Amino acid sequence: MISRAARSEHVSGWLFVAPAALLIGIFGILPIGWAALLSFQNNDLLTTPTWVGTQNYHTLVNDPVFRQSVNHTIVYTLLFVPLSVGGSLALAMLLNARIRFSRFYRTAVFIPVATSTVATGLIFNWLLEPTYGVANYMLGKVHLGPYGFFQDPDQALYSIVAMTVWGWLGFDVIVYLAALQGVPESLVEAARLDGAGRWATFRHVVFPLVSPATLFLIVWSTINALQVFDEIYVTTRGGPLHATTVMVYYLYSQAFEFFHAGYAAAIAEVLFAITLVFSLLQLWLGNRRVHYGS
Amino acid sequence: MRWPLPFSPRHLALMPIAALMLLPLGWMLLTSIQTLPESRHFPPVLIPSGFHWQNYPDAWNAAPFGRFFANSMIVTLSAVAGNLVFCSLAGYAFARMRFFGRDVLFVALLATLMVPFQVTMIPTFLIVQKMGLVNSLPALIVPNLVTPFGIFLLRQFFRTLPIELEEAARMDGCSRLGVLVRVVLPLSMPALATLAIVTFLWTWNDFLWPLIVITSTNQSTVQLGLAQFQGAHQTNWTLLMAGNVMALAPMLLVFIIGQRWFVQSLASTGLK
Repeated sequence: MISRAARSEHVSGWLFVAPAALLIGIFGILPIGWAALLSFQNNDLLTTPTWVGTQNYHTLVNDPVFRQSVNHTIVYTLLFVPLSVGGSLALAMLLNARIRFSRFYRTAVFIPVATSTVATGLIFNWLLEPTYGVANYMLGKVHLGPYGFFQDPDQALYSIVAMTVWGWLGFDVIVYLAALQGVPESLVEAARLDGAGRWATFRHVVFPLVSPATLFLIVWSTINALQVFDEIYVTTRGGPLHATTVMVYYLYSQAFEFFHAGYAAAIAEVLFAITLVFSLLQLWLGNRRVHYGS
Repeated sequence: MRWPLPFSPRHLALMPIAALMLLPLGWMLLTSIQTLPESRHFPPVLIPSGFHWQNYPDAWNAAPFGRFFANSMIVTLSAVAGNLVFCSLAGYAFARMRFFGRDVLFVALLATLMVPFQVTMIPTFLIVQKMGLVNSLPALIVPNLVTPFGIFLLRQFFRTLPIELEEAARMDGCSRLGVLVRVVLPLSMPALATLAIVTFLWTWNDFLWPLIVITSTNQSTVQLGLAQFQGAHQTNWTLLMAGNVMALAPMLLVFIIGQRWFVQSLASTGLK
């Protein structure tokens, strides 16, 4: 028999979670199942959808733009993740010292974190403008360029990488600086006393101790990179010649520009599968190497 | 060999990096006070003829920025308030109360974190459409009133609090809600601040969802309005940069003033 107190706990427990459960049920859980169903439909977002079986997936396999979008997404991710995670670790090591102007340096590195993706895109459109942009001016000073950047199909994707690394680096640095705070001074000193050089101390003491942060940042940056959209929408719109059409951009344009929502849902399912495989693989590989303190 | 200079060698690396990080924003500011011919000059004009402030009123009048700010403010503050209230309630129930189906429900909520928004945005659009909310601010607010991330964050924090205090308050006849409001929440300010700051930053800067669900300028947020503004003034860089400065300035000022709290909040989302 359930006591009255326990019964009232069931009721009040459910009352406490009800608003959250309802909202997440409608906007979080329901769309997961619906997205899967949509991928087997012909749906233009307005009229009654019709069932088409696996046709969307068959079309997908033979769609050259879709294949390109997968390639671009993977190339982008393979560049963005090491550059932003590796770069931010180096930068955090530099910043992790009591030196003059430390506050200024940190602010300079953190500021892009608060800069919206749209504003970032707008600024880089101007910096990287081929004719009047300051980037070509500065590179010209060291006898490089001029480059077409966003307007050159061979450079556009790399320009997007550079822009987004600028925008996201600060967040990674924040996470690494917090992790470096947790590295005990005594351990570093002990390594020095044992005759370890700077590199050996970093390699065998500091790096293992911040490895949970590294794993988190790799997984987090990968998920973000696979979903890159805003900065591309504002700068290249997937062009020129589809050179920056990544999966989410293709998904967006299929669903909301051409109203092929069923087809777009099939793209979304492939994106989901890729995201899941990448994150699980990283967590599995990472957890065997990551050092979680005692 | 000893380092020969009277300052740390770190400055030699950090100075150029800081310059590189600030260059895009500095260049935006510089262009925003140039005249149009100055901006269309190569090599670029590094010292403008004067402060051409006129770009700012021009930009302000070229698009309803006031409206964009009001819309973003309404949407962002609603999302922050909703998250604080609903995530506190749910987080507390998951942390401290025993009720039928609790663990299954908690796992289901967490599972949604594994699915990227881009995967579910089409059905979410259809749901919002069926509710008749397309092209209205509630379409931006309602789906963002509560996040699994916030519930998880607060639940984890509540579990670290000493349970004795809550039990004592219960003995004194305090209800569950009373315990939450009078005992737990006052002790949870760091976690609540983190949730508020992160929600504020995410919602204010969100672009993809407003892009899909809002179709008229009047309902646009700052980010959406800024993108439309660019579309309407393609190569008028002085006007675009002035508009960009106006759109960015409030968030950057808040960020610089409250840098310590922003940094702590973002760091704690990364390490928990």
